[in-house]
Amino acid sequence: MLTKLTGGRIIDPSQGINDKVGDLYIQDGRIIDPPSDAKIDEEINLRGKIVMAGAIDMHTHIGGGKVNIARTMLPEDHAADVIARTELMRSGCGHAAPSTLSAGYRYAEMGYTAGFEPAILPVNARQAHMEMHDTPIIDKGGYVMLGSDDFLLRMMAANKDQEAINNYVAWTITHSQAVGVKVVNPGGINAFKFNQRKLDLDEENAYYGITPRDILHRLARAVNELGVPHPLHVHGCNLGVPGNMGTTLDTITGIEGLPMHMTHIQFHSYGIEGDFKFSSGAAEIAEAINANKNITVDVGQILFGQTVTASGDNMRQHAGHSHAHPNKWVSMDIECEAGCGVVPFKYKDQSYVNALQWMIGLETFLLVDDPWRIFLTTDHPNGAPFTSYPHLIRLLMDKTFRNDIMSRLHPEAQAASHLASVEREYSLYEIAIMTRAGAAKLVGLSDRGRLSKGAAADITVYTEHEDKEKMFSKPDYVFKDGQMVVKDGNLIHVSWGTTHVVKPDYDESIEKELKPYFDRFHTMKMGNHKISDDEIIDDGRGSLTVQPLHAGGPI
Amino acid sequence: MAESNDVCVFHEVASPFCGIASDDLTIEVSGQTVSVIENGDAITKKGFETQITDTEPRIDGQEVSLEEAIAKAADIVNASQQPVIGGMASDINGIRAAMALADKTGATVDSMDSDSAFRNLLVLQDTGWMTTTLTEVRNRVDLLLVVGSDIEADYPRFYERMVWNEVSLFDQDTSSRDVIYLGKAPSGDTSTSPNGQKAQVLACDDNDLPEVLSVLRALVNGKVIQAEQVGGLTLVDLTDLAEKLKQAAYSVVAWASGSMQFDHAEVSIQMLNEMIKDLNETTRSSGLPLGGKEGSTSVYNVSSWQSGYPMRTSFNRGYPDYDPYLFDSKSMLANGEADSLVWVSSFNVDRTPPETGAPTVVIGRSGMTFDQEPAVFIPVGVPGIDHAGRSFRGDSSVAVPLRKLRDSGLPSTFDVLSAIEQAL
Repeated sequence: MLTKLTGGRIIDPSQGINDKVGDLYIQDGRIIDPPSDAKIDEEINLRGKIVMAGAIDMHTHIGGGKVNIARTMLPEDHAADVIARTELMRSGCGHAAPSTLSAGYRYAEMGYTAGFEPAILPVNARQAHMEMHDTPIIDKGGYVMLGSDDFLLRMMAANKDQEAINNYVAWTITHSQAVGVKVVNPGGINAFKFNQRKLDLDEENAYYGITPRDILHRLARAVNELGVPHPLHVHGCNLGVPGNMGTTLDTITGIEGLPMHMTHIQFHSYGIEGDFKFSSGAAEIAEAINANKNITVDVGQILFGQTVTASGDNMRQHAGHSHAHPNKWVSMDIECEAGCGVVPFKYKDQSYVNALQWMIGLETFLLVDDPWRIFLTTDHPNGAPFTSYPHLIRLLMDKTFRNDIMSRLHPEAQAASHLASVEREYSLYEIAIMTRAGAAKLVGLSDRGRLSKGAAADITVYTEHEDKEKMFSKPDYVFKDGQMVVKDGNLIHVSWGTTHVVKPDYDESIEKELKPYFDRFHTMKMGNHKISDDEIIDDGRGSLTVQPLHAGGPI
Repeated sequence: MAESNDVCVFHEVASPFCGIASDDLTIEVSGQTVSVIENGDAITKKGFETQITDTEPRIDGQEVSLEEAIAKAADIVNASQQPVIGGMASDINGIRAAMALADKTGATVDSMDSDSAFRNLLVLQDTGWMTTTLTEVRNRVDLLLVVGSDIEADYPRFYERMVWNEVSLFDQDTSSRDVIYLGKAPSGDTSTSPNGQKAQVLACDDNDLPEVLSVLRALVNGKVIQAEQVGGLTLVDLTDLAEKLKQAAYSVVAWASGSMQFDHAEVSIQMLNEMIKDLNETTRSSGLPLGGKEGSTSVYNVSSWQSGYPMRTSFNRGYPDYDPYLFDSKSMLANGEADSLVWVSSFNVDRTPPETGAPTVVIGRSGMTFDQEPAVFIPVGVPGIDHAGRSFRGDSSVAVPLRKLRDSGLPSTFDVLSAIEQAL
């Protein structure tokens, strides 16, 4: 089957192509060079349409224990957003914490073809993958959480060499079937179990004497030396704490040039100036990002309305429980590996703090120069549900629209921000970098996020519209692995995406330490902890795609 | 059925039969006979060792082919205005297939252990909680408070694995851990420490637990109580307990909702969990809901991720519609609201469907006997014996892999339910 997409206006930053009319050829799910004389089986006229690779959400909570707790505890939120079964689609529901099936359909209908769960506990990876297995159409994958697990902290307290740590990290990535490594409130989840209520960058864990700075260094080095393309994914210390911008700046410079991705940076960019003792640190943070080329960020934009916050950071989630709306919340300690906290939340435009959070996120987007190093997220569902992305794109691309909304927010928050004077509007090309080419590069997806030869034919086609929210809400066509899955904004075919993983090398001697550790301290055997390739393939509709490693360092 | 006299031994086998899901069992398989030869207990032995009897499906008691049974089951569901899929005791893929069938046929899904599960789920949905998991208990607990439950009858290895483990991560002398029962007394002596220290028992009647827990929470919060006795317990003892909870560094409050069979036990469980939240203002304390035997934790997890809601969700209107009271399958059948039942019970031959006049299809473990022969009976393999699968532990964060131990030729629940869906 050879398909020709004719005459679209192609935007593919991976090749530096910006709005150039051209044709694309698809065969066996891949983009191929123009064939010299092969018979075209199907031709689709895209003249005048904008053509991009399928969008990639590099940080979205779509599967695993805390997400399922959020689903289970929010029946009232689902009830307002039920989705009936059709010939094609299973029924489902959920606005803030959608069912897996609905999440896949909705991502595809928005032109997204991949999403990455950023907080997979090793012991909960089985659940996360089972949920993602039930998420149709989009590709998926996840970052495995380390940094509060007692095995790592014991290794560090015993001053094990970096090679030993690398081995453990590689083993964990491999057997959790992950594509990267995340650290959440480094060491803080562990410290909370010892009743510590905050942990600054240089504050010691009460039992181990280890600091978050040590943990970040060890893990960032491990990821780099193993050649894992996705840099260490960092949810920093002191999330949401007024004044945390100092810690964030210290974290950026403290990593000493190692590649590091700082996630939902908006929640880590707060000062303590003004009458409310809460101010924007976005300008200083953006300046530091601009100056430190080893740093990438995603924003974690908040948007107004009801949502739910689900995080591995139960230390900070517990500290914020009094803000729960509605007033119910969950905090869990989990298996000497990590924890989680789930707190429903309503962002209000007449709240000074929430309004300023909205502005801080947008300031960050607009003040960071390089769209290859900043990514479009709401930290779904923590800042807002992913379905609000078209609205967020319009905020970035349309200054008038942005300033109109800003003028209706809490007046003192308006006065506390320079956002209204920021002239920048994102271009379609820059949006394509953030949501396609840049995101694929950041996650380490060699065959996604681009429209050049050999890439998977994940393609989204839009009609350009003055109202960018409208444009990005309903693509004309979405192709997943060459198959048309969306037409005129509606799903027409259900397929099942692949799971992207990396398989860094490790020395099997690590199991000589891990096996007795599991036997002595855990309630599950090491062998049962591992997730086999067969479990990802599961009932046959799953598949694994092993992404290539970078040239790593010593192992 | 494969005939073989070879003896195979499997190590590190996980059990789906109790909520702890111990995965250190050694199991010997000889032909179709399965024996737990290491680390077994009453629950796991019965679970693994129950023999295969019938392998042929039946329609109205007459043996038929699997195809005929599936066609008849599909006819029954097709002819039904309000089908119910009950029981739902299976592995993840069996439950997935039940959800798919329910979605397609407009059925209501419910679990055989819903009464127990909802005593917890209603708390989660109303106020939430702070909980912990088994490995944390094993390494951190310094005070275990057991409320309204016995524990060891249903979880015989709980103390061996989670409390009296010899070593823990943080240099604790585990034999000095405090165990206190509030409500029921323990039925055996597994809660006695290796040093011979018996658990303290503050016994009271189930019906007094709501009042006792209210007072305990009040005492934790420093409120003055005028009464000198509550539910037969002295204020002195309860004050002492409140003080111990406040002094403990990592107390764990365990309850088995299945044992708390009094009206509106969910309100008492809520009181307990609000007390745990209060304790965490100054120290650490965590709840440990014990449950989840025979796949029941898997049911609410799969149902939640696929539909947004736990069980007691109806698809009759074309979309998921959740009501923990209206969609109780027992009352739907008793009141004649449901007109067919698909009963899924692949772990335990004693868990048979409720008596009902509605035509019933049983997807059940081989060896099941019925007072009332169902319209269709399809014997299926047991997840973790006859086919591979996965099952959630009672603490929910952990799902264990289940292995295929023998070749019985019995179909899986997933196979049968998927075939019924195809045949509609």
